[in-house]
Amino acid sequence: MAIISFTLNGNVETIDVVPDMPLLWALRDTLGLTGTKFGCGIAQCGACTVHLDGAPVRSCVLPVTAVNGRNITTIEGLPADIGSSVQRAWQDVDVPQCGYCQSGQIMSATALLSVNANPTDTEINSAMNGNICRCGTYQVIREAIHRAADYIADNELASNSLATNALEKNEDEAGGAV
Amino acid sequence: MNHLPFKLDRRQFLGSSVATAGGLFLGTVWHSELSAQFGRPAPAVVPDAFIHIGADDIVTLIIHKPEVGQGTETSIAMLLAEELDCDWDKVRTVFAPVDAVYGAPFQGTVGSMAIRTSWMPMRMTGAAGREMLIQAAATQWGIDPYRCRTGNSLVTDIETNESLSYGSLAEAASTLEVPDNPRLKEASEFNLLGTPVKRRDTAVKINGQAQYGIDISLPGMVYAVLARCPVPGGTLLSFDVSATKAVPGVLDVIEVPQGVAVIADNTWAAISGRRVLQVLWDEGENATLNSTDISAHLHELVSQPGVVALDKGDADTAREATVKTVEARYEVPYLAHAPMEPLNSVARVNAETCDVWTGTQMPGIAHLSAVQACGLPADQVNIHSQYVGGGFGSRGGGPLVAESVEIAKQLGGVPVKLLWTREDDLQHDRFRPVSCVQFNAGVDASGIPVSWKGTVACSSFMGLRDGIDRESISGLAELAYDFPYVHFQYHEPGITVPTNYWRSVGLSQNTFFAESFIDELAVQAGMDSVDYRRTLLADNPRLLAVLNLAAEKVGWNGPPPNGRFRGVAVMNGFGSFNAQIVEISLEAEQVHVHRVVSAIDCGSVINPAGVVQQVQSAIVYGLSAALRGEITFEQGRVQQTNLHQYEPLRLKEMPVVEVHIVASDAAPGGVGELGTPAIAPAVTNAIFSATGKRLRRLPIDLA
Ligand code: FES
Ligand code: FES
Repeated sequence: MAIISFTLNGNVETIDVVPDMPLLWALRDTLGLTGTKFGCGIAQCGACTVHLDGAPVRSCVLPVTAVNGRNITTIEGLPADIGSSVQRAWQDVDVPQCGYCQSGQIMSATALLSVNANPTDTEINSAMNGNICRCGTYQVIREAIHRAADYIADNELASNSLATNALEKNEDEAGGAV
Repeated sequence: MNHLPFKLDRRQFLGSSVATAGGLFLGTVWHSELSAQFGRPAPAVVPDAFIHIGADDIVTLIIHKPEVGQGTETSIAMLLAEELDCDWDKVRTVFAPVDAVYGAPFQGTVGSMAIRTSWMPMRMTGAAGREMLIQAAATQWGIDPYRCRTGNSLVTDIETNESLSYGSLAEAASTLEVPDNPRLKEASEFNLLGTPVKRRDTAVKINGQAQYGIDISLPGMVYAVLARCPVPGGTLLSFDVSATKAVPGVLDVIEVPQGVAVIADNTWAAISGRRVLQVLWDEGENATLNSTDISAHLHELVSQPGVVALDKGDADTAREATVKTVEARYEVPYLAHAPMEPLNSVARVNAETCDVWTGTQMPGIAHLSAVQACGLPADQVNIHSQYVGGGFGSRGGGPLVAESVEIAKQLGGVPVKLLWTREDDLQHDRFRPVSCVQFNAGVDASGIPVSWKGTVACSSFMGLRDGIDRESISGLAELAYDFPYVHFQYHEPGITVPTNYWRSVGLSQNTFFAESFIDELAVQAGMDSVDYRRTLLADNPRLLAVLNLAAEKVGWNGPPPNGRFRGVAVMNGFGSFNAQIVEISLEAEQVHVHRVVSAIDCGSVINPAGVVQQVQSAIVYGLSAALRGEITFEQGRVQQTNLHQYEPLRLKEMPVVEVHIVASDAAPGGVGELGTPAIAPAVTNAIFSATGKRLRRLPIDLA
C-alpha cells in the first residue's frame, strides 16, 4: 500500500491504496467522486479525463503514485472562470444526450480553452479527438466550444473594461497625474 | 431527475419532495391502448400513475420510459404538460418504478417506440387532469365549466377574469371522477409540442451530478467482476483462487452459474484479482469457431433454397416481363453495441428482499430476471432505474441483472456492484447478427424491376415464426418499394453466438443490402440514382417527399464540390421516413465523409430539437459501424479487445450533418433509430460514384 497526498479540487486529500491503482478508481471508489467516468481503461475514450496541474490526462492509466504532491481537478471542481463558460455553452446548445462522456468532454474542452482562448476547428479536432462520444454529439461539441470561447472573450472584455474604469478612476482621484 | 424508491407507494415516494400532502394524483386511460399492442389484458386503472400536483403548484410528472439519452425525460413530460396546460417552469420529473401501470413486464424503451406508444395515452392523461381541474374550479365558482379556460397552471373564468391556481384546486380535483374521453387540443393550440424545448437533464449532465448505475454507492458495498468463458456456450471446469486471493483488496472468489466472480473492496482490486485468476473452461462446441468459417457457411446457405419468407405478386407475369437479370451478394459482420457506460448492476439480496440498481432500457425485463434469479416473490423485488449511459439495444436488462443477483445471493445482504469492463463488453456482448443475402432482380426494358428476389441467411434472436425471422427480412423482403413480384427465402444459420437488438435492428443491415442493390440497378438502367428511386417511389409519397427534400437541400441538380462525390439512400421504418445524401472524398484508400443531408418525416414532431439530436446521433452510430465496425471470432473468441480495435467515429471525422424535417400532422413515428440504416449505403453508393467500385461488404474496405 502507498500513502498518497495530493490536492483535489483545491483540498488536500490523503489516501492509502495500492500503488498501481489508477487515479480513476481512487477518485471513484476511494474518494467517492463519481463525476469522472470509466469507459475503456486504456486511454482510448477520454471519459476519465481530469486535469493534472491544469493539463488534461486520462486518469484510467495514471497510477495514483504519479499524482503524489500534485494538483488534480475533476468535473466536480471545474475552474470557475473558463469552466463555467464551457458549462454555459454546453447548456445553451444542449450538448449531452446520454451524458456519460460529457465530464470528459468538458474537462478536455476546458483544458483546451485555458491554453487557447479562441481555437480553430482544426485545433478543436486535435484537442478533442481522444474523447469518444458514442451518442454522436460531436457537431454540437464543436459549436459549444466556439460559443464558450465567445463567452470567455466577453468576460475578459468586461473585466478589462472594469479594470480600465478602475484605473481611470484611480487616475482621477490622483488628480489626473499621467 | 430523482429516482423512485422501490415500493410503488406514490404518496410515499413523492412525499419527501412534494411539499404538501394531498394534491391531485392522476391516472390514465392509456393501459388499454398499450395492452392491445402487446395483446395483453388491461390492468386495473391506477388513478395516480403519472401526474401529481402539489398545493405549492409544483407539478410532478412520472416518466415511465427510461432516459437512455434519447430525451424521454423531456419529451414524455412535454406530452403530459401540453394537455395539462401547466407551467413548464414548475414541472419536476421522476422516473417510474416497475409496475404494470407503466407497461411491465414490457416496461421500457425499445424499437423507437417510446413516443409512439405514449403519444395518445400521455396526452389523454394530461387532458383528463385539465378537465378535472376545470371542473373543480367551476364547482367552486358555481359556474358552467365552459366558461373556464386554462394556461400556465391557472384556471380562468373568461367572464370575470378571475383565476385559481392548479395547486389550490388539486385537492378538490383529486376527488372527482377521471373523465373517460377528455378533449385533446388541436395541433394549432399547442404551446409546447412542436417547439424546440431544452432537455431537462442537461444541467446534471454537465457537472458530474447525474447518477448512472455505475455511480451507485451503498454503505458496505463491495465490487465484483466476473470471469466468464471466453467462448460462447462454454462451461466452467475448475478454478484456482490462490493468486487472486493474494491480491490486496480481494475479499472472496465465488462460483456463480455464469462464471467465477472476484469480490473486492474496490474495482481495481477486483480487476487485478481476475487478471491472475486461473480458470479451466470446457469451451464446448464453439471452441474452433471463427469468422472465416461463419462467412463461408452463410455464403453456402444463400446459394441453397431456404424457407419461403415472402411470395407476393405473379411470378409468371414477372418472368415474361423480365428482359435482364441482375444478381449480387452482400454481407455484414457482427457488431457490438459499445455504449459509453459499460454495463453494470448493483444488487442486494437478503431473506426478504432483492434490490437492483441499474441503468436499463427495460426495467420490466430487469425485474423479471431478478425475480427469477433470487427466487423471491415479485413484490419483494425492486428495480431502481438510473440514468443510462447509452443503450442502443445492449441494455435489455436480463442477463446482466441475473449475474449481479446471483453474486449478491451469496453475500448475505451485502450490496455488490458488478462491473463489465470494456473488454467484457466486447467479448460478451450479444451482437448484431451476421447476415448475408443473395439478390436476384429481373428488370424490364427500361431497367425497372419487375421481380425482386433473394435468399438471406441471418441469425434470429427473437425466435422463428413459421420458420421465419421477421427482423432478418425487414426492409429486404418487405421494403419501401412496391415491386410487381417479390420472393424471398430465409435461412437460420444455426450459429450459437449470442445476438440481440442493435440500433435499428434488421434495418441496420437490410437497408445497406437493399439500397446498395437498388443503386446497382440504377446503374444498370443507366439512370441517375435519385431519379431512379423517384420512379420507384411514385406510390410512396412520404418517402418520395423526403427524397426530394434531401436532393433539393444538397443541390443534387448541380455538381458536387470539386473532389467530392455523392451517394443517396432511403429508408422507411419505425413509422418514419428518411432520405440521406452524403458528400465524400477519397484519399489514400480512406473515405472522408464531409456532409450528410438527412431529410425526415416522422409525423407529428414533439420536440424538433430532440429530433435533430437523435438523427445526428443515429447517423454517427451507423457511420461508425460502416467505417470500422466489425466483431470477428478466432478460436471461439472475439478478437477485438477494446475500443482501439472497435473504434467509434471520433470528433475529427464528424461530418456536417444537416437535418431537415418535413412538416406533418400524422401520428408520430420513431426517431431514435431512424438515421442509422441509410448512412452506410449512402456512403458506399458515393464510393461507387467516385471509384466505380461496388462495396458489397461492411465495414468499408477500399484496399
Ligand atoms: S476510461 Fe480512460 S480513456 Fe477511456
Ligand atoms: S452523450 Fe452519450 S456518449 Fe456522449
